[in-house]
Amino acid sequence: MKRCYGEPLPALDPASLSGLLVVLEGSDSSGRSTQIGLLGRWLEQRGFAVVQVGLTRSKLIGPALNQAKQGNVLSPRTMSLFYATDFYDQLENTMVPALKGGFIVLADRYIYTLMARDLVRGANPDWVESLYSKALVPDAVYFLMASSGRLVERTLSAHQALDYWESGMDIGISRDWFESFVRYQRMLRAEYKKLQDRYGFQIINANRPIGAVQQDLRGRIEGVLERYSGR
Amino acid sequence: MPEERVPGRLIAVEGLDGSGKTTQLHLVHQWLLGMDIKVFFSEWNSSAIVRSATRKGKKKQLLTPTTFSLIHATDFADRYERQILPTLKAGYIVLCDRYVYTSYARDAVRGCDQKWLRQLYGFAAVPDIVFYFRLPLDVAVERILGSRTRLKYFEAGMDLGLSGDIRESFRMFQERVMANYDRLAEEHGFTVVDSSRSIPEQQEDIRRYIEKRIDLGAYGRRGRGRGER
Repeated sequence: MKRCYGEPLPALDPASLSGLLVVLEGSDSSGRSTQIGLLGRWLEQRGFAVVQVGLTRSKLIGPALNQAKQGNVLSPRTMSLFYATDFYDQLENTMVPALKGGFIVLADRYIYTLMARDLVRGANPDWVESLYSKALVPDAVYFLMASSGRLVERTLSAHQALDYWESGMDIGISRDWFESFVRYQRMLRAEYKKLQDRYGFQIINANRPIGAVQQDLRGRIEGVLERYSGR
Repeated sequence: MPEERVPGRLIAVEGLDGSGKTTQLHLVHQWLLGMDIKVFFSEWNSSAIVRSATRKGKKKQLLTPTTFSLIHATDFADRYERQILPTLKAGYIVLCDRYVYTSYARDAVRGCDQKWLRQLYGFAAVPDIVFYFRLPLDVAVERILGSRTRLKYFEAGMDLGLSGDIRESFRMFQERVMANYDRLAEEHGFTVVDSSRSIPEQQEDIRRYIEKRIDLGAYGRRGRGRGER
């Protein structure tokens, strides 16, 4: 049965949600989106209805958020709250209705990425935890963990450049983008480790080829599906 | 975190729509400017970056109680960290037309839980003075209904489904907000202003109260300049 981490959202009865919420977490270039795409197709071929959600995709705030990221004039807290608004908009307007209808919701990142980013930027842990306390507890969370060497390699071969935010350039760790990227990803990983202890997600080794990671994920999701189909 | 000592002073006004708080704060602003005091004015829901998203959400009625609350918190955080806190640190008197209590009062009516709201705004400094403009519900409601041809959807609390009639919904919404303000006034020690009196009378009392609580001489652009420290 579904529940929220803290007090549920106004007027939401988590018990009324019969669907399945599966989350994939991991840095950019950890192969997350590729894996989500493959999982979506696999599930649909097996007859499960799937809805995909991801960060900054909300109708309400997505465009403004992406615009704000261009100018990088927002303080970390404003950024946090912007992302939280985007998250809750999708939770209430996309995820909850889909889960009520018995869909499988595949989330391309969830609150853990948002929390880790905030914590790396010095946010108060209690504040962050409370901010996301109305999130639904997923049925499964898989964390794609790749070494930072592998991440750099993949990012560069895909975009031929490092991303400003994914390199943590706003924090001012180093003026050297490569150095900043490596150290920022290391800081994030330390936060994810702490979050893992608290929120209990499963770590998936993402240094392997796409096919191997996919097989691993399918095997794990199989067990979750058994419970779901039995409902 | 909010208890950080700053040389500036923070004055906030709260109250229902139509309670006259904006007018009174404007007069306070003019009065302080006239004395050449370092003063900064900030208005609820006014940050440029957030405004476009807020407007869109309101127009298309996309907002739920939680996102309504969060989008206002985003606006507040932006103004707080870029304007309010720096000006307080620079030794200004900061005037806020609505502050976190607006969210506590309104969003709670929409069903957001109080504990969550207080955590959300936990980073905000506690004001030195909060003026709460209070007047009988009928008078406040009449001021707004009499002066507007059309009420806006969220302003009237239509999202709460209290009544299908927008004017009735507005009244019921305001009644609930007012009950929350009354509770907050007690809890946080607001300075209550009876705003059914004339504008100059109220202003006179407010100015005397500010003078009593804040050593205005210390905030002059020239002068003793305690704020410069």
